[in-house]
Amino acid sequence: MDDTRHAPDLKVMIARHKLADRAFAVLGVLATLVGLVTLAALIVDLAVDGLPRLSWHFFTSFPSRFAEKAGILSAWVGTALVMLVTLFAAVPLGVAAAVYLEEYAPKNWVTDLIEINVTNLAGVPSIVYGLLALGLFVYALNLGESILTAGLTLALLALPVVIVATREAVRAVPGSIREAAYALGATKWQTVSQNVLPYSLAGIMTGVIISMARAIGETAPLITIGALTFIAFLPPAPLSTQPPFLSFEWLTSPFTVMPIQMFNWVSRPQAEFHLNAAGAGLVLLAMTLLMNALAIYIRYRYRKRIKW
Amino acid sequence: MSSNAADFAHRPLRHIKERLIEFLLFLAALSAVATTAAIVAILLYESIGFFRHVPLLDFLTDTQWTPLFSDAHYGILPLLSGTLMVALVALGVAVPLGTITAIYLSEFAPHKVREAVKPVLELLEGVPTVVYGYFALLFVTPLLQKFLPNLPGFSILSAGLVIGVMIIPYVSSVAEDAMRAVPMHIREGAYAMGSTRFQTALRVVTPAAISGIVAAYILGISRAVGETMVVAVAAGLQPNLTWNPMEPAATITAYIVQVSLGDLPHGSIGYQTIFAAGLTLLLITLLFNIAGHLLRKRFREAY
Repeated sequence: MDDTRHAPDLKVMIARHKLADRAFAVLGVLATLVGLVTLAALIVDLAVDGLPRLSWHFFTSFPSRFAEKAGILSAWVGTALVMLVTLFAAVPLGVAAAVYLEEYAPKNWVTDLIEINVTNLAGVPSIVYGLLALGLFVYALNLGESILTAGLTLALLALPVVIVATREAVRAVPGSIREAAYALGATKWQTVSQNVLPYSLAGIMTGVIISMARAIGETAPLITIGALTFIAFLPPAPLSTQPPFLSFEWLTSPFTVMPIQMFNWVSRPQAEFHLNAAGAGLVLLAMTLLMNALAIYIRYRYRKRIKW
Repeated sequence: MSSNAADFAHRPLRHIKERLIEFLLFLAALSAVATTAAIVAILLYESIGFFRHVPLLDFLTDTQWTPLFSDAHYGILPLLSGTLMVALVALGVAVPLGTITAIYLSEFAPHKVREAVKPVLELLEGVPTVVYGYFALLFVTPLLQKFLPNLPGFSILSAGLVIGVMIIPYVSSVAEDAMRAVPMHIREGAYAMGSTRFQTALRVVTPAAISGIVAAYILGISRAVGETMVVAVAAGLQPNLTWNPMEPAATITAYIVQVSLGDLPHGSIGYQTIFAAGLTLLLITLLFNIAGHLLRKRFREAY
């Protein structure tokens, strides 16, 4: 008697649970889609407003009081030069720090202190780095509001990302490779520089590209160091036809970068300038998304090809 | 024999070189400590100058923040309320969506879907924040105004919503890591008892991973609190002691941007205010980050 009463209940219960299961699967897809749809909406919105502005003229003109005459020449040149400084400062320092932590560091309190600091720095808001740069680079070291200051500021921001990515890549190299090198009489540095680093190159490159993509889009710390927004000239060229061919004068030059130019245009009330902002945003977005896609591709290829 | 002798002669040199390299690498690693020390030193140094002029009590209890006016008030509360409101709205978006996305990707999605979706979600993190600011001001706000006609052009709501979507991938990836760290045999136990995937996810996996999931929320708050450009563009730059998300307000970060856009002389009280504000911001994010990392460590040690 009990059985006849429970059997349909049980069926109903199972059906209900299965329905809940399927309903949640649908909800899960929808929740995941929110992010993806937003990304799509953002790209379409920028493209609709900004695409008509993209022309040869836009890339080769300086900013102007007249929206339709304004361009992003000083902004993209500034971005390229600042990123050059960032790359040369952050990559050697970050890779060296990561190699030390993975291959050399003894287990003691100094190592713990370094590890805690790397983790913590990754969570510090970017604008705080801007305040650091304002106090340290601009005033204490007297580097001014220059390309050098900006590049070093972004290098500090990129450093934790480079360190974490390099550590992961170095850790993924199996111990047998190192032992083989030691067995042939290699010193520690020979092992690291000739075996471990070449094998972890793909992973390091992925991390470097992602960190640079993030640095390109950083606005707040550069505003904090007082980056000017109206720059209608280019920094001195790094290469020249006269000896000594190479000049570093550009390091001390004032500058503007893509995200600051975009911020400047978007904070103006006139709608024509908003179109310029969309154009600059589109270029900026294309740069960062391409870099991210490249990093994802390298990681994918590397995973597929290397089987230890 | 002679080549062997030469090798032995090289040994001390080789040893010194190895030692030198190790020392240089150590110096590079120490740069992380130096950066933290420099951040703390500079924020403290300028803040001490600030607190010589402004008593700490005024800073914490005054309800007005008008350092650049002739009638100067230095109460951090309006900036704090703006910061917290933006973070709350952002969490209102990121917590439910991030959690559901994490559960879906960890427990429901086929391997192929997960491999395809995760990199695209990562792209969401790669979009420059100033672009999100543009999107919030010129797309989300006009869209919201169709449903909420009273919404002003700058508002906490639209900035918070966009930051919320922005931090979904961050919240979901930390939460998903925590869920995937739950061992398979625990799930299999639930399945063997006849649970559906949903029941397993909700009653077995989520409770087992709860400290990691909470860590994801806390690290998400820290992100939202430190976010600058979206608020600077879309929430207005007017300090406003309000708990209403439909109003414009300034956050701590937005205030720093606003001051930096002007031309304040080095060493003036106005210049020092941004360091006092920055110190407050650093302390808040530090608190959340430490709590988040402690919780994350707990779920890693659990099994």
